[in-house]
Amino acid sequence: MNEWIQDDGTLPILVAQDLGHRFDRPGSTDGHWALRDASLALYPGEVLAIVGESGSGKSTLLRTLAGRLTPTQGRVLYRERSGRVVDVHACAERERRVLARTEWGFVEQHAHEGLRMAVSAGANIGERLMGRGERHYGRLRETAERWMARVELDTARIDDVPRAFSGGMRQRLQIARNLVTCPRLVLMDEPTSGLDVSVQARLLDLIRLLVGRLHLSAIVVTHDLGVARLLAHRTLVMRQGRIVEQGLTDRVFDDPQHPYTQLLVASVVNA
Amino acid sequence: MTTTMTTTDTPPPVLSVEAASKRFTLHLRDGLQLPVLQDVSLQVRSGECLALVGPSGRGKSTLLKCLHGSYGLESGALWLTHADGRRVDLARAAPRTVLALRRREIGYVSQFLRALPRQSALDLVAERLLEADPSPPQPDADPLDDGPHEAALGAARAQAGALLARLNLPEGLWGLPPATFSGGEQQRVNIARGFAVPARLLLLDEPTASLDAGNRRVVIELIREAKARGSAIVGIFHDEEVRDAVADRRYHFH
Repeated sequence: MNEWIQDDGTLPILVAQDLGHRFDRPGSTDGHWALRDASLALYPGEVLAIVGESGSGKSTLLRTLAGRLTPTQGRVLYRERSGRVVDVHACAERERRVLARTEWGFVEQHAHEGLRMAVSAGANIGERLMGRGERHYGRLRETAERWMARVELDTARIDDVPRAFSGGMRQRLQIARNLVTCPRLVLMDEPTSGLDVSVQARLLDLIRLLVGRLHLSAIVVTHDLGVARLLAHRTLVMRQGRIVEQGLTDRVFDDPQHPYTQLLVASVVNA
Repeated sequence: MTTTMTTTDTPPPVLSVEAASKRFTLHLRDGLQLPVLQDVSLQVRSGECLALVGPSGRGKSTLLKCLHGSYGLESGALWLTHADGRRVDLARAAPRTVLALRRREIGYVSQFLRALPRQSALDLVAERLLEADPSPPQPDADPLDDGPHEAALGAARAQAGALLARLNLPEGLWGLPPATFSGGEQQRVNIARGFAVPARLLLLDEPTASLDAGNRRVVIELIREAKARGSAIVGIFHDEEVRDAVADRRYHFH
């Protein structure tokens, strides 16, 4: 991890080295490489956007970074709060689960994959705290209410199940559920796509506010360059499983070098 | 050795541009090459304002964008010397370094305001102040307690408001996002952002283009105050009156 130390001595919180992932086709010896030679480092307080079209490998990269998908090649290193460095895919499943519950958050594109749809909003938020040993009902409920208010959800709906919530409200609930244990690293997979434009805008403003206020490090996968422009310090462009360009977000969009990035930027209005 | 350290009397320039060149390669136009900067070398000292002059399309704005980091450089170097004498090549600095420099050491007034959507004019300026002076993250702070942030924001808003008032932006507009403002109003928000934080290096791209005479005079005062504080300034001023009032030297783009 040492070759990633910055001039100012800052240590990265997450490093990926030469990640590759091959999906094997049944009955075939050669597979399809969804991800090739991906290397990156994320520093404390930094927001990194991964952009590219569908099938470019951006979600595969995110899921590999999150420890959910085992890479065919390469490794992912994470620096814990304590300073200890963990090889995310070499450690025990149990350790990975503890990390996912305590140090990381993961916001799914489809809220129903990140929420328990049949239990109340309050219980959704309280789950990680209970996993950490909190049992006092009053305290759990009070924390859940405060987090609902933080993500601008009506606290009167604490006993409602997420099924009764709109798409935008479900994403807010998912965010509260993730942030309640104060993770250091939050991974988000298309957190605003599929929502109405006005709902999307308010959710983006909320994510931007929380990431800044809580000093989170974050990686956001998005196909929307506007989302990257708004949230990310750095942007990484993927195409056909490879990272084709990465750098300061405004430089990637204002002075794109790779032909594919130029095409991407030219394809949107006011990116 | 008898050499006396006379160099201590003349500190190194804040900015030293060495043989900067850049061209755009348009891959969507069969790889068409557009040379935009060719072998530019210049220096700017603390308290000095250098005016970039020359016909449009010769790379004046491009140089400012390279210094700000939103454009990359093809060859050459852009040395920024810190107050303590260390120096950094802006053309090769890591993204994190560029962002840290933008927060505290480099001010930029772009030709057009590019603001976060939905944010009020006042907060666009206040946020610039907060970013320059972030309270260090408290590991055990309550993530739900907005008290400390609100206090810092209140102070920053007061400072931002004073600057907007000085630039004669009607107070009724402060709480609104500038997207619907006139060109001159947007430009004044942009100027307030650029001057809010005392910068070691200040980049000004036509800061008075759409301002009336009264506000031009305010900008001239702001530039003179920045020089007096020791900022090194690189500017593009098509307005000759403004240029004559603030520039110490000129660099000609041919």
